[in-house]
Amino acid sequence: MAAKSNLKNMALSLTLVCLVCSAILGCVYAVTSGPIQEAEAAKTAASIARVLPPFQGVPEQEVVNVDGADYKYFRMPGAGTAVISTVGGFGGPLTLMVGFGEDGLVVNTVVLSHSETPGLGAKCQTEASFIDQFKGWDPAAKKLAVRKDGGEVDAITASTITSRAYSAAVANAYQVYLKLSENE
Amino acid sequence: MSKFGLIAKGILKENPTFVLVLGMCPTLATTTSAMNGLEMGLATMFVLILSNIVISLIAPVVPDKVHIPVYIVVIATFVTVLQLLMQAFVPEVYETLGLFIPLIVVNCIVLGRAEAFANKNSVGDSALDGIGIGIGFTLSLTVIGIVREILGSGSVFGWKFIAGDGILAFVMAPGAFIVLGYLMVLFNKLARR
Repeated sequence: MAAKSNLKNMALSLTLVCLVCSAILGCVYAVTSGPIQEAEAAKTAASIARVLPPFQGVPEQEVVNVDGADYKYFRMPGAGTAVISTVGGFGGPLTLMVGFGEDGLVVNTVVLSHSETPGLGAKCQTEASFIDQFKGWDPAAKKLAVRKDGGEVDAITASTITSRAYSAAVANAYQVYLKLSENE
Repeated sequence: MSKFGLIAKGILKENPTFVLVLGMCPTLATTTSAMNGLEMGLATMFVLILSNIVISLIAPVVPDKVHIPVYIVVIATFVTVLQLLMQAFVPEVYETLGLFIPLIVVNCIVLGRAEAFANKNSVGDSALDGIGIGIGFTLSLTVIGIVREILGSGSVFGWKFIAGDGILAFVMAPGAFIVLGYLMVLFNKLARR
């Protein structure tokens, strides 16, 4: 039989349920926060290893402000710099990590997160012919824009907006790289 | 009703997707591939079983006027637990399903089973009901995912057997509606026999 719905009972039952639930969540959070951080750190480390030449040591995250926006980057002396750059894509924010070698050329790029259309824009993660064209790209000599916009990037078929965003993200990362080189 | 019947009805007579037509948002959105459908189904089943058990336990003492907020708090707790566990131990899966994990809180199936079954039945029966409905939901989502993946990408569970791109529409939203509609017709025709 359900308890009577008077103010005391209602307040009491809601308070009790909330207290118990918060306690459970607190415990689960305490147990999982370590593994969650490890998983995130492992993902970042794996991305850095993909966009930079082999390096020694543990990358430390640093932040630089370029044109009013904060960019995270990882500086690995002797190997290069990995810059995280976010732009608006077709379906939402598109976040890339771009690695620059000590010579200022793009080593590789990798998508950290995206909300592009499956089967179309989402190919920016898998389409080798698109991703590989950025390897060894010299941003000082070749314009980072799709051919439609007068640049030299070959867009993914039927995904010009995503390709444009991808190029813009790499171009932004290059601005960050230039700023970092100036500071040194 | 027999113990087996309790599970079987969730798969056939009260199949949440094809008969009750509940929880359509994750059904349409996450079934772009067989694997995504399966993972979403399992995640929902986890919440469904635990919330059914707890709600059948506390239902007798919860005052009527606040039973919905109490149930929602219980469900939201299990969803958050699931979210933290997935983030910690299967981060790749968590990333693919993304937004749809927290949305399990408002999945009609979970609150629907709490209201329609768990709050008037025993703990054991409610757990079985959760298992049955959970299996029904998981199977439905997996089947929709399989059909969409075959037509849209030419593969099953990531194993590609047709070269090329497939029919793109089936990976996107319109394909979800088309596949769901035809499967619903087929299911109800076969189940009515």
